Amino acid sequence: MPGKAVLTGTHFMNGDEACCEGALAAGCRFFGGYPITPATEVAERMSKRLPQVGGVFIQMEDEIASMAAILGASWGGQKSMTSTSGPGFSLMMENIGLGLCTETPCVICNVQRAGPSTGLPTLVGQGDMMQARWGSHGPYEIIALCPASPQEMFDFTIQAFNLSEQFRLPVLIMADEVVGHMNERVVIPPADQITVIDRAKPNVPPAEYLPYHPGPDGVAPMANFGDGYFMHVTGLTHDERGYPTMTPAAQVEMTDRIVGKIRNNLDRILDYETLFLDDAQVAVVAYGISARSARGAVLTAREAGLKAGLVKLNVAWPFPEDFIRELSGRVKTMIMPEINLGQMVLELERLAQGRCAVRLVAHPGGTIISPRRIVEAIRQALEERP
Amino acid sequence: MTGNAQRELVITGFGGQGIILTGNILGKAATIHDGRHATMTQSYGPEARGGACSSQVIVSDSDIPFPYVETPQILVCMSQEGFDNNRPSLIPGGMLIWDTDLVETHDLDPSWSLFEAPATRFAEELGNKMMANIVMLGFLSALTDMVDPESLKKAMLGSVPPQTKEKNEAAFVRGREYGLAILKGKARQGAEVS
Repeated sequence: MPGKAVLTGTHFMNGDEACCEGALAAGCRFFGGYPITPATEVAERMSKRLPQVGGVFIQMEDEIASMAAILGASWGGQKSMTSTSGPGFSLMMENIGLGLCTETPCVICNVQRAGPSTGLPTLVGQGDMMQARWGSHGPYEIIALCPASPQEMFDFTIQAFNLSEQFRLPVLIMADEVVGHMNERVVIPPADQITVIDRAKPNVPPAEYLPYHPGPDGVAPMANFGDGYFMHVTGLTHDERGYPTMTPAAQVEMTDRIVGKIRNNLDRILDYETLFLDDAQVAVVAYGISARSARGAVLTAREAGLKAGLVKLNVAWPFPEDFIRELSGRVKTMIMPEINLGQMVLELERLAQGRCAVRLVAHPGGTIISPRRIVEAIRQALEERP
Repeated sequence: MTGNAQRELVITGFGGQGIILTGNILGKAATIHDGRHATMTQSYGPEARGGACSSQVIVSDSDIPFPYVETPQILVCMSQEGFDNNRPSLIPGGMLIWDTDLVETHDLDPSWSLFEAPATRFAEELGNKMMANIVMLGFLSALTDMVDPESLKKAMLGSVPPQTKEKNEAAFVRGREYGLAILKGKARQGAEVS
């Protein structure tokens, strides 16, 4: 049965469903995946929706194959994605690296649950944040978005596709079980009000095309398989033609390009929101579902006359280094609530370099962090002697 | 109860009773039809059916930072386990609602307002015990103005399979009328219903 690609209107849907609708609105027409709680609803809805819009859904044999399938689909010219959670994310690591090395646009949504291992399948966690940054081997940079609501699942999934197409790389959506399963209002705008970015295509004759020769923004135009361009795609270190080149010089050139796409375009990638930061003595820095707890805590603290502010990281990777460095020079304490035993807080410590105190409000997973605990941490921070 | 402040409700039961759907309908009514803010979160175990599950709904006039319900104002129990586990969380002065035939209550706080309905029995009489959650929804619509009753009915009719609309509407009305009759009786006795 044919259906609309963009479900314009007001909905009460969960984050996983909103992720699927965001992907379709961004032009995704291929999903390869393996069901896993709490990400199953993304795949389930995709299996119903993709055939309605002329797309392809494949349930693969596992997450290694799922990742391989979406890379292949991307080279075939489709916008592609997969969704998973902890154990599946671990299996995807090698092929995420392949995607980074071959500069293949695609989107991976990790609806985080509590780990390690099988952990608590139906309960929330934020324990894969460092794995998102460093889980695949070798030098690279990655983009990871952290939605805090079903609406942001829709919006950020579109943004994830746009970034992946713009910079030719796999982009991660680091959601969590609560954001994935929670139902809330989701407003889907008319299709013509949604910004959709497509990858740059080569505008040179096939004989002159170099699949890894960067354009002015450091990104090389990408031809589809079957369009008549000669292409070689390999995970080995390669030159601009894509041919394996086993030299330190080629390695330097390739990795410079891979990390440079992100490091030289931070102004187009970084995204954070602030609240009450101007006169704040304590800044709560948070991402994903914990940013909601943080917001509740900061509002309560302000009502009590405590000078607390909020930084909500919409993009966790790359980390907003310059901003946090500057912030650490003008607050007494930065607090990071996260549903793990201390991951992104390490970034705050690294950047603060002792200019301010850094405190962690942690939970190992299974529940979200109560605003009360963050308010308590804010009080303690204000009472502490410098 | 007034419709303005934030309302927090927990519905408990077991997988297969439509507990999550019930929470979903409440949230849909509040957001889509009443234009307010709502969150619905759920908790369930690894089992698909038969295991304990609950649905947590918050309805508010402003956006809702923290979507978990720690101390509900309204607790709806569709199973004994759900009652036993969640009873301690209900706030003083809160409203406790249960299915007469599925829950034996105990240790009730005198400050609570108490309402029971034989929702599953009514649903069976109407031809399908699967509709017990909809009877309960109708019952709830009579007892609180957490969401507008018409919005709730609209959201319910938009959430059930089309061929079951008529029966579900009858289930909703049955629950609602039962609730209104109880309120009327209590009013006659001079009992204060808040």
